[in-house]
Amino acid sequence: MNYIPNILFALLLIAGLGFFARNVKKLIRNIKLGQDVDVSDNKSQRWKNMAMIALGQSKMVKRPISGFLHVIVYVGFVIINIELLEIVIDGLTGSWRIFSYYQELYGILIGTFEVLALLVFVSVVIFWIRRNIIKIQRFWKSEMTSWPKNDANYILYFEMVLMSLFLVMNATDIHFQLMNSGNVVSQFIAPWFSGLPETTIHIIERTAWWLHIIGILVFLNYLYFSKHLHILLAFPNTYYGKVKPKGQLNNLEAVTKEVKMMMDPNIDPFAAPPEGTEAEMPAKFGASDVQDLSWVQLLNAYTCTECGRCTSECPANLTGKKLSPRKIMMDTRDRLEEVGKNIDANKGEFKDDGKQLLGDYITAEELWACTTCNACVEACPVSIDPLSIIIEMRRYLVMEQSAAPVELNNMMTNIENNGAPWPYNQMDRLNWKDE
Amino acid sequence: MSEQLKVPTMAQCMAEGRQPEILFWVGAAGSYDDRAKKITKAFVKILNKANVDFAVLGTEESSTGDVAKRAGNEFLFQMQAVTNIEVLNAYEVKRIVTACPHSYNTLKNEYPELGGNYQVQHHTEFINELINAGKLNIGKVSQFSGKRITFHDPCYLGRANDVYEAPRQLLKTLGVELVEMKRSRNSALCCGAGGAQMFKEPEKGDKDINVLRTEDALETKPNIIATGCPYCNTMMTDGVKAKDKEDSVQVLDIAELIANSQE
Repeated sequence: MNYIPNILFALLLIAGLGFFARNVKKLIRNIKLGQDVDVSDNKSQRWKNMAMIALGQSKMVKRPISGFLHVIVYVGFVIINIELLEIVIDGLTGSWRIFSYYQELYGILIGTFEVLALLVFVSVVIFWIRRNIIKIQRFWKSEMTSWPKNDANYILYFEMVLMSLFLVMNATDIHFQLMNSGNVVSQFIAPWFSGLPETTIHIIERTAWWLHIIGILVFLNYLYFSKHLHILLAFPNTYYGKVKPKGQLNNLEAVTKEVKMMMDPNIDPFAAPPEGTEAEMPAKFGASDVQDLSWVQLLNAYTCTECGRCTSECPANLTGKKLSPRKIMMDTRDRLEEVGKNIDANKGEFKDDGKQLLGDYITAEELWACTTCNACVEACPVSIDPLSIIIEMRRYLVMEQSAAPVELNNMMTNIENNGAPWPYNQMDRLNWKDE
Repeated sequence: MSEQLKVPTMAQCMAEGRQPEILFWVGAAGSYDDRAKKITKAFVKILNKANVDFAVLGTEESSTGDVAKRAGNEFLFQMQAVTNIEVLNAYEVKRIVTACPHSYNTLKNEYPELGGNYQVQHHTEFINELINAGKLNIGKVSQFSGKRITFHDPCYLGRANDVYEAPRQLLKTLGVELVEMKRSRNSALCCGAGGAQMFKEPEKGDKDINVLRTEDALETKPNIIATGCPYCNTMMTDGVKAKDKEDSVQVLDIAELIANSQE
C-alpha cells in the first residue's frame, strides 16, 4: 500500500489548520486590546439578532439584487462545505467518496452541491461584473483603491476557481460519472474530456481534487488578511451589536463620577482622594487610538466587508464631504493591525510609534461632518456601528484637546451660561407664550 | 393665533398645590427660535383645545444636553442632565411630551441611567392618543383635505427610536394625500442638522445636505412638506428657499397642520 498521499494530506491539513489557529489567536489578541464593555444584557434579543441578521440575512435582502445573489453564495458556501467532510475522510484514509455507500442519499446530496456550485459560480461572476464592468458607485469610492479593491476581486476569483475545481473534479471522476447519480451538472462537463485517455482524465481528476482542498485551506488562511473575515465574524458581531435604541449614546461613567462629585455639596473638593481611586480614572476621555475603543468596536472593524452600504446612505458622503463610515471602519482595522504588528515585533509590548488613529488615519474634518443620523448603522448588514467610533473620537477632541470647531465652542459656552445653544437669556425662555 | 394661550408653569401648579398630568418639554429651539416658537404655540393650542392638564418648566427648563453630547462634550451633557433631572424629580414629573425629537431621544434614552425615569412621548404620539381617546376632535373635513403632503422622517424619531407610524397616522386623519419620498422611514435621508451640525458651517463638499433632502421632497410634487422636528423644519424651509419654491411649497410641523386644520 502506498501511504504517501495520505501522509501528505494529513500534513497539509495540519499545516492549514495550524496556521489558521495562529491567525485566530492573533485576531482575538488584537480585539482584546480594546476596552472592556459589558455585553451580558439582553441575551435572548442578542441570539435573536444573530439568528435573524447573520443566519437569516435579513438586512442583506434590503437590497434585493445583491441580497439575493449573496444568499445564494452564502447558502452554497455553507452547504457545499458538507462535502469537505468527505474530502477530509477520503484524504486521510485513502477511501473513494466514502459517503457514496448510501448511494441514493449521496446522489441527492452531491446533486444539490453541484447545482449550488453552478449557482454560486454564476452569482460570483455577476458580482464581478457589478464591481468591475458596471462599476457600482459604492465600490469605487476613494477608500476603495489598492488592497481593498484587489482583495474584493481576489475573493471572487478564489470562489470561481474553487467552484470550477469542484465541478471538474466530479466531471472527471469516471467511476462517479458511471454511477450516474448526483452528477446533474458535471455530466455536461464530462464530455469536454471524453477524447482523452483514461489515465489523463484520472490525473485531471486527482489534480482538481488536490487543488480544491489546497485552495480551501489557502482561502481559510487568506481570511485573516481580508475583508472576507465576515463569514466568521458576522455571527459574533451581530450577537454583540447594539441592542439599545439607535439614538441612545452611552453615558461615560467616568464623567458621571466627576459630575456627581461636583454637584454633591457634601464632598470636599480639596480632600485627598481615597486609596485606589486614582487608578480608576481612565487615562483619557474619548478615543484617539484603537486601544481606547471598546473591543466590540474593534470586532466591528474586523467584521467589516467593505460593502459600502453605509457610505452610500451617509448624508455627508452623499453631499461630497470627506466622511465615509466605511473608511472609519477600514482605518480602525488598519491601525489595529499596525498596533498588532508593533506588539509582535516588540515581544508582546506596544512601543510608541508616534502614530494614532486620530490624525494619522481619521481626520477631524471627517469626524465633524457626521450628522449622527444613524443611516450607516441602519444600513450595515452585520450590525456594525461606525457612529459610536465617531462619537468616541469627538469626545477626545473636545474633552482632551478642546479642539471643537469655533462655532461649536460658542454653542457650548451658550449652554453653559444660559442653558440654550443660542445666546439668549434664560429668563426669556417663556417669552413665546405672550408674543 | 389671536386667542390667549393657557400655559401654566410647574412652579405655578406647585404653588396651587396641584400636580399636572403632563410636562410639556419645550426645548431650546421651541423656546427661542422664531420659526419653532410657532410650532410650540400650535401644540399648546392643541393641548388647550383638548383640555390637557399640562405645564411647562418655563425659565426652569434648560438644554437637555443632546447637542453637547453629540458634539463630544460629555461633561456638559451630564451637567445639564443632572441639573434637569433634579428639577424634574423635584416636581415629581411622570410624563413628558415634547415636540423636539432630540429632546425626546435624550430624555427617553439617556436620562434613565443618570436617575431620570419618565414616560416620554413625541407630540405626534401624544396627539394620536388624544384623538383615539376622543379628547381631540379635528373634524372630518380640514383645510388640508386632498393636499399633497410628504413627510420628512426626523432621524431622532425614526431610525433612532423606531417611531414611523404616529406622524403618518395624523396626516391620514387630516385626509391629505400622503406621498412618500424615495428615501423614507428607516432609509430617510437626514436634513443635515443633527449631531450639532445645526450650529456650525458644514464641512467642504459639493452640496448642502438640506438641499439634497429638499430635492427628495420636491420630487414628490408636494403642496406641503410636513416635519416633526424644529431643526428639520429650519433645514427644509431653507432648502425650499434655496430651490426657489417658497411660493408653492410650505414646510409645516404636524402640530401646525392639526392646530390649523379648521381655519
